[in-house]
Formats: sequence, C-alpha cells, structure tokens
Amino acid sequence: MLSKKQLFTRGMLDISPHMLSVIPFGIICGAIGVELGFKPYLVYAMSLIIFGGASQIVFLQLLSGGASSLVAVASVGIINSRHLLYGAVLSEYLEKLSLIKKLLISYFVVDQGFAESNKFFKKNRSEKFLHFHLIGTGCTLWFCWQIATLSGIILGSFVPEELGLKFAIPLTFIAIVVQDLKKIDHVIVMITCGLSSLLFFDAPFKSYIIISPLIALFVAALLLRLKK
Amino acid sequence: MTLASIIFAGILTYFTRMTMIALISRDMLGDKIKAVLEYVPSAVFPAIIFPAVFINDYGTFIEMNDPKLFGALVAVIVGYFSKNIIATISAGLASYWFLIFVVFN
Repeated sequence: MLSKKQLFTRGMLDISPHMLSVIPFGIICGAIGVELGFKPYLVYAMSLIIFGGASQIVFLQLLSGGASSLVAVASVGIINSRHLLYGAVLSEYLEKLSLIKKLLISYFVVDQGFAESNKFFKKNRSEKFLHFHLIGTGCTLWFCWQIATLSGIILGSFVPEELGLKFAIPLTFIAIVVQDLKKIDHVIVMITCGLSSLLFFDAPFKSYIIISPLIALFVAALLLRLKK
Repeated sequence: MTLASIIFAGILTYFTRMTMIALISRDMLGDKIKAVLEYVPSAVFPAIIFPAVFINDYGTFIEMNDPKLFGALVAVIVGYFSKNIIATISAGLASYWFLIFVVFN
C-alpha cells in the first residue's frame, strides 16, 4: 500500500514528460492572447478560471474575430464537454471520496492528467488513496500551465512562430495512445474517431471534438457486442 | 464584459469536469457501459491528433508532403517501440524541424 505522498509523487513523475509539450503550448497560448490585443490580466485570468489549453486559444480567436461572447462561451463549453467522458471513467475510482473532495479534485481534471492517472488506476485498483495520483498529475499540470502562460504573456511575440511548437500537442497525445495500437479493437476505435474528426471539422462550435468521440464509442460498443 | 464571459466559460468548463465525478455512483453504470468507457482515451484523443496533423492553420487539408505528416509518423514509430513519452515527443519534433529547417529550407 502506497502512502498519500508516494502516490502524489508518482503522479508528478508520470505526468512530467508531458511538460515537454504543455509548457511550449502554454507559452504560445499566452503570447497569442497578447498578440490579439487582449489585456494581459484577462489572458492570464483564463488560465486560472478556464484552465483548458485549446479552448482558451479558441475563445480568444473567436472574440478577436468579432464573434459574440455567447458564441465564444458556447464553443468553450462544447470543446470542454469531453471532460464529461473523463469524469465518467474516473467516477469509479473517486467514488468513495466526500462530495467536497470530489468538487475540489474536479478542477484539476485535464486531458493528459486524466490519461496518465487512468493508466495508473487500472493497474493499481486496490490502492486506498488513489486520488492522490490524480492530484499529483493535476497540480503539476496546473502549476506548469500557469507559469507557461504567464511567460507567454510576458515574452509575447518573442516566441518564434516558425518553430511550429504547436505541433508538440498532437505528439503528446500520440505518446498517450500509441501503445494501444497493439490492440485491433482500439485501432478501429481510434481510426473511427480520427476520420470523424476530419469529416466533422467544420461543424459549428468546434463540435467535432465531442461528436467524433461519441461516434467512436458507439463503434466500440458494437465491437464489444461482436466479441461476445 | 470580457471578464464576465471568461467567468461564464470557466463555470461551464468546471461543470463539464465536475458533473460526472460528483453525480455518478457505482451502481449507476452497468458493466456494459463500463466496458465501453474503457475505450475513452482511444475514442477521444484522435479527435485532437488528426485535425492537428492533417489540417493546416487555414482549415484546409495538408499536402501529402507536409512535414507534420512525417513528424507524426516518426513519433508513432518511436513511441510504439520505445514506450517513452519524452522520446516520442522529441523524435516527432526533431524530424519535423529537420524537414522544415534543413530539407525544405
């Protein structure tokens, strides 16, 4: 049985390699905000209040492109609706926590943290303080995201766009799912999701980001039925 | 005005994170649903990967010789065999940079 501190540290260690892409992306996020002409404190407030990488950039781009606040807010909600799926997966492991702890931990649920903690949870179901792993990944991501976006706001256009650092984002997610390419059912689900996301890319409010996972999960359900 | 919309967007985002964790209890999810939820990472992350690789900044499909395609392929191969996150990301970025700064320059 691991202690709370050991689990927290393990979470920090498991998520730290992803900082290789999270930090550059955070810097870009901050820099874009200032470049688009938003007040620095507002750009930073987003990292604190929304705390969701891609949705922050979309939010800024929509507002600066003249979209109404309603459209911008709705888009953030739809982009981030994928967290509902993460929550459904995590609920099983966080069930025994008090409501207040659940409410606090929820703030720290982020893509990469969910992915790494979920991998750890699956292998260590019997641990008593599992949620400390999620707090470890979440806090590390939170801290790095705040520092990175702040640096981006300060550095502004000093970050050379030619480097194409945005490309680190798909790479970090490739690193997360690549081992599942060994399983044919997962490959089918991934390809379904990927192709749907390209097909529905122009759907309103960036909704491809939730439409394609739902289609892929439907295919997963069909596959499970076939397996039996 | 903008701060208010940031706060609304933040509340909405927080609700997407909190709803399932706070409201679902073990009995509410049957075994079938749990089995499907096993696929969530594979069903969600390609929706981030594919558009970031195959669609460029202007919202159109990339050419077949786009450096991103090569970088992603290298990352998949290195990631598959190394099982190492840092190696995957660095290999993808390095091959991408090699193409844009050395080959296509």
